[in-house]
Amino acid sequence: MKLGISAYGAYVPRYRIKVDEIAKVWGDDADDYKNGLMVTEKSVPDMDEDTATIAVEAARNAILRGADPKKIGAIYVGSESHPYAVKPTATIVAAAIGAPNRMTAADYEFACKAGTAAVQTCMGVVAAGIAETGMAIGADVSQGAPGDALEYTAAAGGAAFVISKENHIAVINHTCSFTTDTPDFWRREGADYPRHGGRFTGEPGYFKHVLSASKMMLEHQGTKPSDYAYAVFHQPNGKFPSRAAQTLGFTKEQIKPGLTCPKMGNTYSGASMVGLAATLDIAKPGDRIFVTSFGSGAGSDSFDITVTDRITEVQDKATKVWDYIRDAKYIDYATYAKHKGKINVDS
Amino acid sequence: MSVPRFWREIPARYNLIGTKCETCGTHYFPPRRLCPKCRRQGKIVEHQFKGTGEVVTYSTVYTPGESWIGSKPYTLAIIKLDEGPMMTSQVICEPSEVKIGMRVKRVFRKIGQDGEKGMIHYGTKFVPDKK
Ligand SMILES: [Zn+2]
Repeated sequence: MKLGISAYGAYVPRYRIKVDEIAKVWGDDADDYKNGLMVTEKSVPDMDEDTATIAVEAARNAILRGADPKKIGAIYVGSESHPYAVKPTATIVAAAIGAPNRMTAADYEFACKAGTAAVQTCMGVVAAGIAETGMAIGADVSQGAPGDALEYTAAAGGAAFVISKENHIAVINHTCSFTTDTPDFWRREGADYPRHGGRFTGEPGYFKHVLSASKMMLEHQGTKPSDYAYAVFHQPNGKFPSRAAQTLGFTKEQIKPGLTCPKMGNTYSGASMVGLAATLDIAKPGDRIFVTSFGSGAGSDSFDITVTDRITEVQDKATKVWDYIRDAKYIDYATYAKHKGKINVDS
Repeated sequence: MSVPRFWREIPARYNLIGTKCETCGTHYFPPRRLCPKCRRQGKIVEHQFKGTGEVVTYSTVYTPGESWIGSKPYTLAIIKLDEGPMMTSQVICEPSEVKIGMRVKRVFRKIGQDGEKGMIHYGTKFVPDKK
């Protein structure tokens, strides 16, 4: 039995703020951040957008690409910015896309890899015959404390993937994961912004997990980087995925279509999934795609995917990731602060 | 808004579910259970609107009520859905962008909330349809 993706959709809010604009407010050296992080601007949600609205727009784009909402038997939404502490985002998505009540749903949390964990859960639920198709979503409206380094990259966006046994636009050949207990990044209940272990987050966090899961995948599949047309790695900034790709032996060209972070920032649970959606937007039948996510805490999920002939039928049916990125509207820091609720209005 | 009322209205708010009279072909949004044209001869069925239409008239609000203070200015418009009925909704764009006759399409947004601790209300708004 083959499992795969039968439809996908992404969404990126329209507003952008440039790294220069944030640096100006905090007296930082903008070039330092732009070069250090390889990010020039990031997406900002509108005042009336949150993780639920972004998840719904991504899910509706998957439906435009042929997913039948009546056949969805499971919806899982991965995010670290669910709008409610208790009350699932997944049920809001289900109602907004007209999925039947005869289905299972839940919200997931695992820092930035909650969305790919949702993909794996859908694979299990569909393989077991519990659901005919399952929808996995990764979406976030990420927050960085004002003045913190995370503020330069914390962005908004998401993507949805429909997992099924047939009608594939891409077959998932294999998935595997690498997980440890690592305190590289956290946010306590009730705290507005996350805390992180500073420089500690790179080596024992991101690189250890991304490289371990990726090497495990290459070993399981008996493949080498040159067997893949494209690769997508979790992108908390532009630099980490570029370095991970290089270490593993992937080229700049292989990661280029999915490397969205430099122009839209880090969408956390959405980051590797938006990257995969952007890659599917331009992929050709037969292309093989390598994907590894990362979530602090910490773990990585790796996927080996082969694009099928049907991809060309769906690519143009909904807005593509890079078209969303190009449709940008720039705002200044004051407007950005208002959008993110960093200014308190007493009412 | 009360929780039960919002809950009842979810299909209409999220997905523009209205009704249609199969006897005379008139579409209704918000949904009507009785066709005023056909009365007893009418046959009302559920209808999901496509979510596309055009701006009939609009007004840009610069002095909103307190809970909207952060979003001013915003544009409220009467939108004629392609199936016929008119509805009032926010159109998300710059005040200078909106025009009478402009094509719009639906999006899913927050439409309000019962304070910081209450329910968040989601629903349909419109954006310019560039296609
Ligand atoms: Zn009638």
